[in-house]
Amino acid sequence: MQFSENWLRQFVNPSLDSQALSHALTMAGLEVEEMTPVGKPFTKVVIGEIVEVVKHPDADRLQVCKVNVGNKTLQIVCGASNARIGLKVPCALVGAELPGISITQAKVRGVESFGMMCSAEELGLAEDASGLLELPSDAKTGQDIREYLSLNDNLFTLKLTPNRADCLSILGVARDVAAITGTPLTVPAAIKTSAQTSKEQAVKVTTPEACPAYYGRVIEGVNALSKTPDWMLRNLERSGVRSICAIVDITNYVLLELGQPMHAFDLAKIRGDINVRFAQANEKIKLLNDTEVKLTNDDLVITDNSGAIALAGIMGGELTSVTDTTTSIFLESAFFTPDVIAGKARRLGLNTDSSYRFERGVDFGNTKQALERATALILEICGGKAGGITEVVSKLPVRNIVNLRYARLISVLGIEIPQKTIGTLLKQLGFEYSETAAGFAVKVLTYRFDIACEEDLIEEIARLHGYDKILAIIPTANLNILAAGETAWNKASMAAVLQNQGYQEVVTYSFVDESWERDLMGNANPIKLKNPIASNMSVMRSGLWGGLLDALVYNLNRKQERAMLFEVGASYFAEKKSYREQTQVSGLCYGEVQPEQWGAKARDVDFYDVKATVDALMKNQAEYRADVHPALHPGQSARVYLHNKPIGWLGKLHPKWQQHYSLPKNAVLFELAVELLMKTKLTKYQEVSKFLPMRRDIAIVVDANLPVQTIVNAVHKARIPLLHQIQLFDVYQGKGIAENKKSLAFLVLMQDTHKTLLDIEAEAAMAELLKLLEKQFGASLRN
Amino acid sequence: MANLDYLIAEAQTDFTSCVDMPALENAKAKYLGKTGALTEALKGLGKLSTEERPAAGAAINVVKQAIETALNVRREAILGATQAKQLAGESLDVTLPARAQSQGGLHPVTLTLQRIEQLFHSIGFDVATGPEIETDFYNFTALNIPENHPARAMHDTFYVDETNVLRTHTSPVQIHYMENKAPPLKIISPGRVYRVDSDATHSPMFHQVEGLWVDENVSFANLKGVVQDFLQKFFERDDLTVRFRPSFFPFTEPSAEIDMSWNGGWLEIGGCGMVHPEVFKHVNIDSEKYRGFAFGLGVERLAMLRYGVNDLRHFFNNDLHFLQQFNK
Repeated sequence: MQFSENWLRQFVNPSLDSQALSHALTMAGLEVEEMTPVGKPFTKVVIGEIVEVVKHPDADRLQVCKVNVGNKTLQIVCGASNARIGLKVPCALVGAELPGISITQAKVRGVESFGMMCSAEELGLAEDASGLLELPSDAKTGQDIREYLSLNDNLFTLKLTPNRADCLSILGVARDVAAITGTPLTVPAAIKTSAQTSKEQAVKVTTPEACPAYYGRVIEGVNALSKTPDWMLRNLERSGVRSICAIVDITNYVLLELGQPMHAFDLAKIRGDINVRFAQANEKIKLLNDTEVKLTNDDLVITDNSGAIALAGIMGGELTSVTDTTTSIFLESAFFTPDVIAGKARRLGLNTDSSYRFERGVDFGNTKQALERATALILEICGGKAGGITEVVSKLPVRNIVNLRYARLISVLGIEIPQKTIGTLLKQLGFEYSETAAGFAVKVLTYRFDIACEEDLIEEIARLHGYDKILAIIPTANLNILAAGETAWNKASMAAVLQNQGYQEVVTYSFVDESWERDLMGNANPIKLKNPIASNMSVMRSGLWGGLLDALVYNLNRKQERAMLFEVGASYFAEKKSYREQTQVSGLCYGEVQPEQWGAKARDVDFYDVKATVDALMKNQAEYRADVHPALHPGQSARVYLHNKPIGWLGKLHPKWQQHYSLPKNAVLFELAVELLMKTKLTKYQEVSKFLPMRRDIAIVVDANLPVQTIVNAVHKARIPLLHQIQLFDVYQGKGIAENKKSLAFLVLMQDTHKTLLDIEAEAAMAELLKLLEKQFGASLRN
Repeated sequence: MANLDYLIAEAQTDFTSCVDMPALENAKAKYLGKTGALTEALKGLGKLSTEERPAAGAAINVVKQAIETALNVRREAILGATQAKQLAGESLDVTLPARAQSQGGLHPVTLTLQRIEQLFHSIGFDVATGPEIETDFYNFTALNIPENHPARAMHDTFYVDETNVLRTHTSPVQIHYMENKAPPLKIISPGRVYRVDSDATHSPMFHQVEGLWVDENVSFANLKGVVQDFLQKFFERDDLTVRFRPSFFPFTEPSAEIDMSWNGGWLEIGGCGMVHPEVFKHVNIDSEKYRGFAFGLGVERLAMLRYGVNDLRHFFNNDLHFLQQFNK
């Protein structure tokens, strides 16, 4: 909502300067988003009339003018081509300060000049400087141009919240200013025009619930070419409304002034009776803005015998619009139910000043007065004779009584405020009320669509009392200790593990490029957004690797050579009827395993480096099974299991994606489902043996493709007595070992918790182990 | 018996001329070895009479001890010198860089969220989370934003299908939580939220933290108290004050914008209000008995002010040069 401060002050003129007024509005909930002066500051510019023009003796392009500035006539040298006798122009006197120039008495090519005639640009009023600003011939010579053009004004732009539809007019804002400041409100005199002709337009409302009030009247003999008065043009322009023609300007003016959208039809083009009804499906209407829209059966339309002639409350139709040749009009002022208009304009892409107001709620107590106001202005400006008012009024919205309990108000706000003050504030807001035992019974006003319950009134009182007068008070409450599960491993502790391992956290978008889902996740049907902001943010991710790779590429392009990145965030999956989200912890390692340095041999990160990270995240509970994933190298990828449940993946990026993303080196990735990781077990103490363990090493030869985990699992499962721990310490393939074989060296720890272990017992355990390995895996001792 | 004192001086001279341990051992043998001078002298004691023997023995022992002392002194000197030489050879340039592992770190949004959680946890707030793909009902209707309400236009919403949206705020978590728990309640709900908006000051995805306190006697003045207390502690500025400005959120009434004093002016930092009775109705909480307040804060905004970050887009570019600044 944008308007001229001067216009507002015609309605209510509190003794506050512009800044203070702006602050008062903001602090009352009508946020002033912007306040800008109408014109740039300048001084000593008056209206001058050129009374003589003579060519400059020494310059072809200059003229020497005599300019009457009211109390005297000045000689001014001028270069503008439109300077001519009789022209009225802004004239800056000697001593004037203009944007960027000070005017002094000067000699121009030897001729004395006492001032400067100005273009619109020189006064900061416009950006083009094509000659002097030409003023109308009735402009008063000698008058200060700022006064004449009403330049001592500010443009206020309010950022109104959707509940304050009542402030979408000068009257509405003025009402609130009056309430806030306690200043009296001046409204334009209500002039009623009685029927001057008998001409009437019949109106029928088929859908009274959608249009509870419809007023209209015929005005015959209007001059469609009448000129809109300057004061009206100025107010319209300062509200950002373009002038169309006098009749339309007047309806727009009333919309801005009183908040009532109106429409003028060309009476000659209306066929038969007007009917307000819902559109038929696929009914079409050509609108004022030259577009044709197809309607559905919940669009409300104004129709005549030919069909829809206006989209009710949104925009008029082209066929019945007012033109230069219009001589008679039918003027409409109606109340359309907010729910009927709401959403329609948005669906049709036609947000208009009218629909904006109707969907938020227009004062249904002022519909007829607005028609009278517009009538009076049309008769005054365009002439003509008005007919009587046709009214079709049915059930208007009911305004209930809302009870405001004093005790409730005090306890909700937590402030001290006398009951009497509340009454005063209610009165200032225009509410009628009666006092009750508990407080006040308040009648809601026709223009307040935002007051439905007690809390709404509490807010009104708080707003007028002043939010900034409410103290900040620390609450008192019961002191209960919060539950804290020790086994619930949270995201923060996972992030801490990764941070300690050298990973940098990133935050990437939840919506990704569709190709990432297809290529990296093998997801041909990702969850699509209906209205994505960009094509590379169009689907919801089902894994985090796309974002990590994107972040990697971003950094490689900025000369980084290695990166260890992680993210903790949701992945999204479509289920039968709903969506499922799973929080993932996901990581990427790229480049050398350690930062480049003097004391360590450089080596690129590999599968096993990142496996250590996964082990740390999973507290060494993870099990890895070779498996295939679309994003990963088929020979270097593992599905990760926790207690036999798949929980994620670990592997090297598939070389084809390395090539696709133009990565000089390859990356190793992991991804784990956080929820499945979160539950850990509370430690249960086990007796620490007083007896020392005995170590034996064993090297065996097995098939090259036998997973080590399989061997370890088998040994654990066999529960060989005294065997406490088995751990791989070397893998060898090559000279001395058959081609399809490998040598594995394990250290074996044996321990007896009750006594010192004897050699003979250890040998027996080792023999049992070897027997197991021979039997299950065809292992042989390496010589 | 001959006086043996001269041996002490002789041994000292011999020992001093030794520069390493083998030489010293050789020199030692000359005096204390099997055929050394003192050993020979001791052997000679047998030839003396019983009366002479104790005095002679004692005299030899004195010399022997003196020689042993001289030997030990020299031995330590040689050992010390050897070790010193060895240590000198092993000295490092202590200014060389450390054996470096990469230094990891958390994203500033996470750091900010952790700080917010920690501060609210200290006065008993629990952390609650909820889904990011929300139904229309939880994101709007249950929060008193009916279909076609102009307030829906305030939220430029991403739609997943007819009834599901990417949540535009973390407020729906309130509803889920209140559906399942009875008051009194104190929660904050941090998380990602989404709006169809992208420019220098708007990101289509950002983070919010929503707070909710429901109890029998909480007030608007308490809301202001909690918000101000939090902001003072978050920014570690006791002089920071909070200003409430009337505003509109369908799920709170009265509603306010939160402004905070900053560098001599006011800065908009979030929205808040008293929980609307309609919202309580949706979750079967008696609004006559209970009142509640809620507030929502933009996490990136807090992070920007806290760390002096001047462009929202830094948070989502994931430039390591930016992120690593927060690892110090």
